[in-house]
Amino acid sequence: MRIYDLIIIGAGPAGITAGVYASRRRLDFLIISPDVGGQAAWSGGIENYTGYQFITGPELAVKFQEHIRSYEAVLKEGEEAVSLLKDKGAFLVKTDKDNYYARSVVIASGKRPKELGVPGEKEFKNRGLTYCAICDGPLFRDKDVVVVGGGNSALDAVLQMSGVARKIYVVNSAPSLAGDAVMRQKVGEAGNVTVFNAAQVVSVSGGKFVERVKIRNSAGENELQAQGVFVEIGLIPNSAFSREVEKNAAGEIMVDARNQTNIPGIFAAGDVTDVPEKQIIVAAGEGAKAALGAFRFLSMNQF
Amino acid sequence: MAKSVKIYSSPTCPWCVMAKQFLKDNSIAFQDVDVSSSQQAVDELMQKTGQMGVPVLEIDGDVIVGFNKEKIKQSLGL
Repeated sequence: MRIYDLIIIGAGPAGITAGVYASRRRLDFLIISPDVGGQAAWSGGIENYTGYQFITGPELAVKFQEHIRSYEAVLKEGEEAVSLLKDKGAFLVKTDKDNYYARSVVIASGKRPKELGVPGEKEFKNRGLTYCAICDGPLFRDKDVVVVGGGNSALDAVLQMSGVARKIYVVNSAPSLAGDAVMRQKVGEAGNVTVFNAAQVVSVSGGKFVERVKIRNSAGENELQAQGVFVEIGLIPNSAFSREVEKNAAGEIMVDARNQTNIPGIFAAGDVTDVPEKQIIVAAGEGAKAALGAFRFLSMNQF
Repeated sequence: MAKSVKIYSSPTCPWCVMAKQFLKDNSIAFQDVDVSSSQQAVDELMQKTGQMGVPVLEIDGDVIVGFNKEKIKQSLGL
């Protein structure tokens, strides 16, 4: 049975940076991730990552990939961790494809868009329902669409669509829109936006593609005729696979100043943790700390 | 014979950019259908692939939804 020094779960800014540091400490390690770049890859333009005055998300993801591949790091792409347990004095990472053992782990699995959890959501995904307004927005020219959410990302989608779609309905669960004042004002000024506050989506239905969205508020139920649904209700941490690791109420993994979790040998970094400020550069720095933390743990335990 | 490869994409979609880069890196010639450019492109995507999201790849009639590297490799025999 091969036991790695370290397994890094995730290949966004935190995971890749942890990988760079692990390479330079000559650890025997693996990176396991469904994709490379994480949420950073989804950013249109990045202007606050030192060294780049401007870089797009996909370009930065390519840079990450080039950087990690310049070492002899093993990147298991297209593979997702499903559980993390203690086993035979080591950690066992089970993925959807294989099992791996390591003496230490860095969890850097990031966050993913939150789902609505209503009937029709799965069925109509990519058939009118989307979690990526910047990707799919252009498909809804002159159509009627529903944007679900009331924060900045929802308002972003509304403003993007106000010049593309015919009518935009905003279904916001809170009593009023959140998000920046400037954006709220722009939404108010757009002529084709109707906001339903304190409202929930009940179901999404249609034929081959989305045709109707049922919503509910204090006035009762209402069916909106719409061909598009943009889900922008926030993000949740990809932390469910690590059942024994301590998390906060939001599901974020709790770490100390050295990125150590409640389980010695398991470290965490980036957006999956309770570290404040979800920024690419913060995640990268945390990834470096976590890898160095793992290195220190391995040295202290004389592995 | 080289396979016929078509990608439905939008200029603002990160995964579309990555998918096209992947094809270029593997020297695969492809036709890019920009769904933001015309309604005709959108209609074609919806009718031919039953999808309303990008990227979608069509490789010799095989429809692949999203930038699924493994499926793309398989379909292209890479």
